[in-house]
Amino acid sequence: MKTIVLRLYLTGQSAYGLEARSNLRALIKEFTDYNFELEVLDVLEDPQMAIEDKVIATPTLIKRQPLPTCRIVGDLSDKARVVRALSLRAADEIQPGTE
Amino acid sequence: MTDVKKHVEIEKLASGIDGLDQICQGGLPKGRSTLISGTAGSGKTVLAAQFLIKGLENWGEKGVLVSFEERPQDMIHNVSAFGWNFQETVDKGDISIIDATPVAGEVTVEAGRYDLAALMARIEYVITQTGAKRVAIDAISALFPQFSDHQMVRQELQRVVNGLRELDVTTIITMEREAEDGQIARFGVEEFVTDNVLLLRNRLEAEKRRRTIEVLKFRGTAHHKGEFPFTIDEQEGVTIMPLSAMELTQKSSETRISSGVRELDIMCGGGMFRDSIVLISGATGTGKTLMVTEFMKSAVEKKERSLLFAFEESRYQLIRNARSWGIDYEEAERQGYLRIICSYPESKGLEDHLIYIQREIDKFKPTRIAVDSLSALERVSTLKSFREFVIGITSFVKQREMAGMFTNTTAMLMGGESVTETHISTITDSIILLRYVELHGEMHRGVTVLKMRGSWHDKYIREYVVGEHGMEIKDAFQGVAGILAGNPVYTYRDERSQLKQMFDEPDA
Repeated sequence: MKTIVLRLYLTGQSAYGLEARSNLRALIKEFTDYNFELEVLDVLEDPQMAIEDKVIATPTLIKRQPLPTCRIVGDLSDKARVVRALSLRAADEIQPGTE
Repeated sequence: MTDVKKHVEIEKLASGIDGLDQICQGGLPKGRSTLISGTAGSGKTVLAAQFLIKGLENWGEKGVLVSFEERPQDMIHNVSAFGWNFQETVDKGDISIIDATPVAGEVTVEAGRYDLAALMARIEYVITQTGAKRVAIDAISALFPQFSDHQMVRQELQRVVNGLRELDVTTIITMEREAEDGQIARFGVEEFVTDNVLLLRNRLEAEKRRRTIEVLKFRGTAHHKGEFPFTIDEQEGVTIMPLSAMELTQKSSETRISSGVRELDIMCGGGMFRDSIVLISGATGTGKTLMVTEFMKSAVEKKERSLLFAFEESRYQLIRNARSWGIDYEEAERQGYLRIICSYPESKGLEDHLIYIQREIDKFKPTRIAVDSLSALERVSTLKSFREFVIGITSFVKQREMAGMFTNTTAMLMGGESVTETHISTITDSIILLRYVELHGEMHRGVTVLKMRGSWHDKYIREYVVGEHGMEIKDAFQGVAGILAGNPVYTYRDERSQLKQMFDEPDA
């Protein structure tokens, strides 16, 4: 099972952040063929991490693994774009023999 | 208790940048943001970095630099070119850099709505952690291409500006504009930071680069209006010349000093004033450089320091000529009473010459300076920057309570006036004219004190000769009129008085 390591940056209890969180949770539920490792960080509580990851906008979702890394900004309401950016494929699309 | 609203002038924060605080009448509005807008290469980043460095140097105020365009390493490298040890400052944590540049080699996808709260959170975190008082936000225009929703970026920047105000830090925000005139900044940024705007310009005038700064507006507080020239050099970064904002506060001295020529001192009513500027104007070969030499010599003999800026002759020529007039420049330099600085007028812009001259004066601390010649400098500049140069050097010399002698070469051999003269005559305290006079088919030389502020002076035109031992002033020309106009007319009534005047010594 392919593992995807994600880090989501939010700002406090902002509406965009809550939205992003629930959109991401739905996505994880949908793509059952992947093993998602999700870490959620609040820039107000962990500014040091935001500095290291050079986060400017929130919400920001960073795909840390597999490489190459990529980042998605926004509340993740545009599901098609998120799926494409994370290179996710639905269960029936996965061909035998591929990882 | 005190609910009565009073109109309170916004407090200013001295920037510590030479000249900026004068044109801003005290400094930047304290606790507010000031937008600095200019075209590429106009000096915005240098000014922003200098604002932080000067705050640290002068008042120990820590700073935060938010960079949207240059990576921290590039920023440190570029700023260090100005002789500031930026790396050490950053390592010690006195100035913190927030890297807000896009992550290299990483794709950013937009999927839904977002804001820039993380940016503000990072800035706020660093400010509260370090206790910074000054913030410089460099190149916010670089933020716009990163995000598709420009309206959102503008709103978020407004939030940052408001947030910084609550944190009570004084902020400089730099922003690129496309042209020297027209729209203040790209992407409609002026819509949100409208209170305080400085414009930097870098115009090409008569094939010369001319940098200026203008305080476009300071809401609710005073500032000087118009454009002021500035320079950027590797020693000090930005230096602004607050020419028209300068105040004539120098007290004037009653102490007289010798010009080096005894008769000339008498013509001036006892010598020049210690803190005055004398302009020596004459055609080529009339002895201007000689007068400068006498002026320097007189100081050296009194064991006072003098500084000579030569723009026409080489060091070797000057030393050789001076020796023939009885002063050993090299020996005087060895003893530390004299310093000669020769440079080509074309070597730098006039603004840079001025800064250089001012620095050399402060380094050597002379009691007299001479500039030989102003007209050589005029050749390489526009009229406007030349006038600013003369005002700048004049007020600087006066502030330091020194005596200054400037020479000016007139274009015409006989009489006439030069552009230089008409433009600077009101600025100098005294004007001495040296003129060729043609009498009975012979060339003579005439000297007259045209103006001597605050003193009686001789009104005659006197003959002088350049002899073996320098300048020798003789008696007044008699029976001739129109010398200054360049066409002398003899005014003898008859042959007898002509003969009498030609052979008798006239009374001075």
